[in-house]
Amino acid sequence: MTANSASLAHTVPETAGLGLSFERVEKRFGSFVALRDITLEILPGEFVALLGHNGAGKTTLLRIAALLMNPSSGRVQVHLASEARRGGRLQPSSAAAAAQPDADDPIAPATAKRYVGMVGHNTLLYDELTAEENLTLFAQLYGLHDIRERVARGLETCGLALRAGSAVRTFSRGMRQRLAIARTLLHGPRLLLLDEPAAGLDRQGLAWFSETLARLREGGCTVVMSTHARNESLDLATRAVLLTGGRIERDSGPRGDPRPILAALRSEA
Amino acid sequence: MSTARAAAILLTKELRLEFRTRELLNTTIIFAMVVVVLFSFAFNPTPEESRRYGPGLLWIAFLFAGSLMLHPSFAREQSNQTLDALRMAPVSTFAILLGKMLANFIFLSLAEVVLVPVFAVLYNVSLAGVIGRLILVLVLGTLGLVITGTVFSAVSAHARMRELLLPLLLLPILAPLLIAAVEATVSLLADEPVLDRTWTTFLAGFDIVFLSASWLLCDFLLEE
Amino acid sequence: MKTRIAGTVVVAALVIFAGYAALYIAPDERTMHEIQRIFYFHVPSWITSFTAFTVVCLANVAYLLTRQQRWDSLGVAAAEVGVIGCTIGLLTGPLWARPVWGVWWTWDARLTTTFILWLLYVSYLLLRGLLEDPERRATLSAVFGIFAYLDVPLVYVSNRLWRTQHPQPVILGGQGSGLNPTMARVLLLCVVAVFGIMIPLLLDRYRLECLRHELDELRLAVEARSTNSDSALSPATGKDRS
Repeated sequence: MTANSASLAHTVPETAGLGLSFERVEKRFGSFVALRDITLEILPGEFVALLGHNGAGKTTLLRIAALLMNPSSGRVQVHLASEARRGGRLQPSSAAAAAQPDADDPIAPATAKRYVGMVGHNTLLYDELTAEENLTLFAQLYGLHDIRERVARGLETCGLALRAGSAVRTFSRGMRQRLAIARTLLHGPRLLLLDEPAAGLDRQGLAWFSETLARLREGGCTVVMSTHARNESLDLATRAVLLTGGRIERDSGPRGDPRPILAALRSEA
Repeated sequence: MSTARAAAILLTKELRLEFRTRELLNTTIIFAMVVVVLFSFAFNPTPEESRRYGPGLLWIAFLFAGSLMLHPSFAREQSNQTLDALRMAPVSTFAILLGKMLANFIFLSLAEVVLVPVFAVLYNVSLAGVIGRLILVLVLGTLGLVITGTVFSAVSAHARMRELLLPLLLLPILAPLLIAAVEATVSLLADEPVLDRTWTTFLAGFDIVFLSASWLLCDFLLEE
Repeated sequence: MKTRIAGTVVVAALVIFAGYAALYIAPDERTMHEIQRIFYFHVPSWITSFTAFTVVCLANVAYLLTRQQRWDSLGVAAAEVGVIGCTIGLLTGPLWARPVWGVWWTWDARLTTTFILWLLYVSYLLLRGLLEDPERRATLSAVFGIFAYLDVPLVYVSNRLWRTQHPQPVILGGQGSGLNPTMARVLLLCVVAVFGIMIPLLLDRYRLECLRHELDELRLAVEARSTNSDSALSPATGKDRS
């Protein structure tokens, strides 16, 4: 499934990547500090593997990136790559941005939502609705065109076309996860946040997922994937960030080599 | 996407979900009927008393049934965290709230459509000639109930003892609505039926005040 | 410390004098005689409670606008003080009604409004008790608090309209009109005295809440420093070392 741009105001052209930046982000739940002093700049087109044990803060970080959660302090922003603007296909969003052609252009949260997708621990699906109804609902909410074709294509690619009319309640764990992933990809996100996306997938599902991910990467999609276990898709990673106790302990950086950090993970799993 | 359009899509979703299981609707109607019947056992009213106290009973039945029915509004979204999916979508928070308010309004109205004739029969109250105006009062009262109830359903969704908390929060706030709705209904069922302008305007005012407050504060309701 | 002692002495003196005034200086009321003197504490407690609830609403709005913890602390302190005042009002009302009217309670507009106010703000405090996450608790109770305050005029208006349709004996019979000047002065004194009790109570409760938060902050800072200093070997975190 290739990523198509949502057919709305052309704020983000098809080949543009989305960047993500965290500036001194902290998140507290009462007296428990989930994230401490997170400063991270993710450039468009990167594939970041977010590593760490359970409770290290990976899910919290992803939820903040998805704009589901507000940080207790600090700032998170989704950026449009400056290269896209230099290509002349876009107008900068403000005079200030125009004055700095090399700086990245931040996107307002309301707009960013159209281009961000997340797969989380929960399926985010309505059990009582059919697979087709679930996908149609979200296609409508994202304001997509040609909904019927898109939904049909989505179901076909994830192998659930035959069960389109069945309630999600009747699906196995693996099927639900596949549908959840299909739901996330429906609106063609340019920034993909994945929280243990392979959980529950069988071998076929995993193969489909890896293939889909590879294709998205070719299309320039930025990916941040969290995992605490061995996963084939990690081979595609261009960067590894290790979270410990809410802090960034190791970061291979945008131009570094993620393999040493990944290797350490593999030896433990 | 405009708030109205998003709310319409979400309303369709809520209706589809409810009509597939119909658990909420059935329970609400039966519960309200039980309240109506128990009243006659507890008070054994004469026909004259029925006419005087009937409207009060009717609205209490709606209030109790409504406040129980409103709880699942947001609680339902918790099993698969579907609320996350709605919040990530490019729709305004108010659209999410509005979709649920409209759905709750429809469900409660359906319950009322069943209950009002039952009530009229059981208590020998004639509704001829006042149906149109009665519907107006019912609509305004139900709106107030679902507007505040949906907001408080969101407030209590994260609290402990949320099933008990929702009526606790809701019923004191609705005291003025109860008074207004009952008085307006009483004057419609009197020997010379009259649509009490004062109370009807009060109901409309109540609805506007709380709908505006919901619109202003909706982002705070769903944030994390 | 000195100001606290001085303040306590002043307030105590004020209260004692007000009590004396209410019992001995104020003239005897024509119809109700001694029992009417409850009025000198019933009315002030209602005034303070309503003022406290207004403070709650303002604090709630301030919290939602600024997200500063102190507004949430002020809100809960004011709500507690308001509920105390309201409870006193609700208890003194029947104490008066019984000897005068022979009934413990009557659903007149003012009493009913006070009762609903009491229910609303007790619910506010209950809600806070049932929400665990502090940020969520502050935000959601602020929303509820604002709704509750918006409801207050609606409650009062609906009760007034309702009671003009169904007249009831009015408990504070004609207190607003033709109040004997001495009575008025004693009443004012009592209002000041009751405020003198409630305001320090509010400030102390507010300070207590602020201290609680400061304690949490300090604990966090200590934890942060201990995990910072030697994250690889710190036993406190017990987390991974790579």
